[in-house]
Amino acid sequence: MSEHDHDHHHDHDHSELAETQLRVRALETVLTEKGYVDPAALDVLIETYEKKVGPRNGARVIAKAWADPAYRARLLKNATPAIAEIGYAGRQGEHIVALENTPKQHNVVVCTLCSCYPWPVLGLPPVWYKSAPYRSRAVADPRSVLADFGVSLPKDTEIRIWDSTAEIRYLVVPMRPAGTEGWSEEKLAELVTRDSMIGTGLPKSPKD
Amino acid sequence: MNGAQDMGGKPGFGPVNPEPNEPVFHAEWEKRAFALTLAMGMPGGWNIDMSRFARENRPPGEYLSMTYYQIWFAALEHMIKARGLVSDDEIAAGHSLRPPKPVKRVLSPADVAKTLHRGGPTERETNTKAEFKSGDRVRARNINARTHTRLPAYVRGHVGTIERVIGCHVFPDSNATGAGENPQWLYNVRFDGRELWGADGDPTVKVSVDAWEPYLEPA
Repeated sequence: MSEHDHDHHHDHDHSELAETQLRVRALETVLTEKGYVDPAALDVLIETYEKKVGPRNGARVIAKAWADPAYRARLLKNATPAIAEIGYAGRQGEHIVALENTPKQHNVVVCTLCSCYPWPVLGLPPVWYKSAPYRSRAVADPRSVLADFGVSLPKDTEIRIWDSTAEIRYLVVPMRPAGTEGWSEEKLAELVTRDSMIGTGLPKSPKD
Repeated sequence: MNGAQDMGGKPGFGPVNPEPNEPVFHAEWEKRAFALTLAMGMPGGWNIDMSRFARENRPPGEYLSMTYYQIWFAALEHMIKARGLVSDDEIAAGHSLRPPKPVKRVLSPADVAKTLHRGGPTERETNTKAEFKSGDRVRARNINARTHTRLPAYVRGHVGTIERVIGCHVFPDSNATGAGENPQWLYNVRFDGRELWGADGDPTVKVSVDAWEPYLEPA
């Protein structure tokens, strides 16, 4: 699955990927000649997910939840409209649920069956999220998966795994780092990492 | 289906390797394969469950040795060929050799933003009552469908608790086969780690899946 999984890396050698590249180009030409696709629309789609929709969207949501208790309450109660307040909505985020991390419970999101991920707030998923190692182990041995990310949680923290098997998309609300009292939303957003909103990471510390 | 896509709990895949500062795409063809897949949904007329089935329905050895966007692209090729929109000789030639089939709509650049913003909500109104309520104990049925299903193997036969009644949603098992949306009640079901993985399971772990009513029976 993963291009970066060393065990599998040699399975797809350059010629195979080169062949895929040629086939993709050929198919795009055929589909364009037939009038099924407009290449300019493809450019807009790519630009949208490369430049506009990504984890900085989610970071804004989390920072607002940290700074504004009323917003946090709305987000945890019904995340889809709360996120739409900031302007993020749509494909692969039609039904979003926000998961609150606490000292007692740490949430981690996975899609064991494919790659379900809340696009409007996090963008497209990274390769590791779609890879066999993550999808297989997150539900069975999550502490070892967290260790792969350099994250170690207290032994008595409950780890709650959310396998995204339907069209509900999950966004983790990490705990606000200590030492950030009085910070603006903009400054707080800089501490929110993509992985902290999946549950495989923690927010940056203000000392970092 | 019990394909290679159903990975939960399968051993031996090694460590997770996060890539620092990972780009959104790793090659130009990945961008085009991604965008073609999204754009072809409109003229192709398939739904997301049909797409997922097209991706997972391949020999496990193939599935596991392909990269993510190779799987997407193979599924796209399969779906457009199955609908007679393009044929093999045209892909080989790299050019259209026949007139196009009439299609309902083509995605224009101006429509991209609003199409993405609209998305594809799956919640539906219903007159039926949910059979289960929050706190109920349920067993995941032992389903081994050859067609598309979203009940992962690792929970089948196991007992969990209804965490939340989510709502009535399009049922992928029907939608993927073209049998219609057939909306069903959807639940978040929570399982203890030890229930799923036995004595080797981490007692501090709980795992939930989102499961439609036909996947569940009272326990």
